[in-house]
Amino acid sequence: MTTLALYSPRPSALHRTPAAVELAALAALSVLLFAVPSVTVAGASLGAVAVLGLAGARLTPRQLLAQLRPVWLWLVGLLVFHLVVTDLATGAVAVVRLATLVLAAAVVTATSRVAELVAVVEWLCAPLRLVGVRPGRIGLAIAMTLRFIPLVAERAARIREAQAARGAARPLFLMLVPLLVQVLQLAHTTAEALDARGADDEAPPRALWRRA
Amino acid sequence: MARPWRRAAAQPVEDAAARPRTAVELAGVSHAYGERTVLREVSLVLPEHRIGVIGGNGSGKSTLARLLNGLVLPSAGRVLVDGLDTATDLRAVRRRVGFVFQDPDAQIVHPTVAEDVAFGLHNQKVPAPEREQRVAEVLARYGLAGHAEHPAHLLSGGQKQLLAIAGVLVMRPARVVFDEPTTLLDLANRRRVARVIDELEQDVVVVTHDLDLLAGFDRVLVVSDGRVVADGTPAETVDWYVARMS
Repeated sequence: MTTLALYSPRPSALHRTPAAVELAALAALSVLLFAVPSVTVAGASLGAVAVLGLAGARLTPRQLLAQLRPVWLWLVGLLVFHLVVTDLATGAVAVVRLATLVLAAAVVTATSRVAELVAVVEWLCAPLRLVGVRPGRIGLAIAMTLRFIPLVAERAARIREAQAARGAARPLFLMLVPLLVQVLQLAHTTAEALDARGADDEAPPRALWRRA
Repeated sequence: MARPWRRAAAQPVEDAAARPRTAVELAGVSHAYGERTVLREVSLVLPEHRIGVIGGNGSGKSTLARLLNGLVLPSAGRVLVDGLDTATDLRAVRRRVGFVFQDPDAQIVHPTVAEDVAFGLHNQKVPAPEREQRVAEVLARYGLAGHAEHPAHLLSGGQKQLLAIAGVLVMRPARVVFDEPTTLLDLANRRRVARVIDELEQDVVVVTHDLDLLAGFDRVLVVSDGRVVADGTPAETVDWYVARMS
């Protein structure tokens, strides 16, 4: 399972918590961690997030650690950077802070359906109707991004296999043109599918200055 | 208190079930992509329950299918679905005619199975309780209930095609157009999709290279070079088509 598809329904307290509350808590935690640059605060937050993830969301330690795998090189690089430029304490705060936020975001996505998160984003974007923007489109774009990242990665892997099968260890950038062609074809058909499934049923809102 | 940022009320669009099914009519329909003409003056009346469309690659059969729910509008002529013109009643036609694509990956737009099935109902502003009930029903019908919360990209090819079909049928269209629904599937899944099509109460139009799929259909059209060159029962047209392609 990819890190983008962590959600799994479980009877946990966090699963029952509304997505808006979880997102608000995540935002508050981000502000706290950057407003108070202390190892104690960052360490305590990391501990609290780990407890919430394991006990509150009933994730396994393996699932939680898997979220750090894609960023561990960044974390090491950040620590090395601070060791060279500043000092160990500042580096430790930066690394623990980033790890905490990655894990906290993972706990939110593990306990909230994409549709619920998208609904919150759409609600937050509702005032954009005043300038003629459809919040539903923003939500759809987010959902489609989450849906198509693994699909495009799968298509890229298939192209790499096809190139390898023809005997060439070709540079990675030579994969880009066929991948781009496939993605454009996919985009065309997906646009048709969106039309066929009624994505255009809602008329766009009129901007305030265009209303009678 | 007026809240100008709130979503406008749903646009009144005719309920697909309210209008009786009569026929799909194509009157002198031609279509061109730029300089390339892909359909030439096709005139048909299609009142049958199950209609197959066969033909070689690039013959124009997929364009013919896309004309039936307004994904493509004719360059000349008119397409009427139960009296609704695709050029002027597009939204009503699209509610009336569901469309299943060859590649389900292009049709699945939400990350998880249940969310994707609910997408069309969300567009139709179906209230949440009814939406959940209809999604659960259709997932159970197509053996996907156990996958409701699963990421769509982890399904097998056959399950993805069933998900694509479920996403269309949950919208309760009066007609369904399938564009090569079994091309990417193995034998077991081809048979499963064939059974699903067979059991539909909706009128269906199936564009396919899978001639076995057409057994028991009411009518089969053979398209070649943008024209309907044969039109009759499967027994009449399929053998003729096979002999012509040999």
